[in-house]
Amino acid sequence: MQTRKVPHPGWNLEYLMFLFTRLSGLAFFLLAVIGMAAALIMGARYQMDLGTLMRWTFFPNPNHVLDSNIPDVTFGWANGFWQIMQFLAIFFGGTHGLNGLRVVLEDYIKRPFWQIVIRLLIFVLWVFMILVAVFVVLAS
Amino acid sequence: MALDRRVGFFEGLKYKGGGPMLAWILHRISGLGMIVFISLHVVASFFTQEMGSDWAISINIVYESVIFQLFIVFSVLYHGINGIRIIILDLWPRMLRYQKEMTWLQWLVVIPIYGLTIYIMIQRMITGE
Repeated sequence: MQTRKVPHPGWNLEYLMFLFTRLSGLAFFLLAVIGMAAALIMGARYQMDLGTLMRWTFFPNPNHVLDSNIPDVTFGWANGFWQIMQFLAIFFGGTHGLNGLRVVLEDYIKRPFWQIVIRLLIFVLWVFMILVAVFVVLAS
Repeated sequence: MALDRRVGFFEGLKYKGGGPMLAWILHRISGLGMIVFISLHVVASFFTQEMGSDWAISINIVYESVIFQLFIVFSVLYHGINGIRIIILDLWPRMLRYQKEMTWLQWLVVIPIYGLTIYIMIQRMITGE
């Protein structure tokens, strides 16, 4: 019977990602609560529909809510604080999601060769995603 | 774990894991569903914004359809609330004794929120707002 190599307990990738998954899950709740509360305080209760509120909550980018009938999105929202929040949302969400994809795929892949290929592919995707995120956040 | 199992798909379905196993499967499916949705959304937005291409707009039609939206709302809600349950169980392992009760409690939280949301969504869809 061929089994997957299980790493020893300690500070290895599996343990770090186990911790990261829990922490980023909690962080995502925090980001969503802050984003939604701020949007409601800054006038969402008069100007936004539910879809726009959701878009603002999960990715607080001025461009993300442009095609809603809000008078001036840049007012109070296009600043460094929301840029950091966007970057954190992408970083936590993307890393959590891609790591989840890795865990699911490695459950069904037996051969070490393909596991390495999948890990490399997901790592490349992850780096690419971070770069695109930095571009999107800084360019808008 | 990638054990060398010789269990068919339908035989696997007969495994009597109960509520917690259903939670595990749904956590997996909803996570993958969110990955699909967010990837489609990012790709479609990028190509619409940068090139205004038609096929990107046709991807928009896929994930803005009502069925897909209902699935995504369920995914986000269920994945989030199930995630809270998992975090609680990991932080306080003694709670594992009440794992069945927590799974039931979780459904008691998920069903009203999801029901209210899809009620509003379907009502809006029918009245065409």
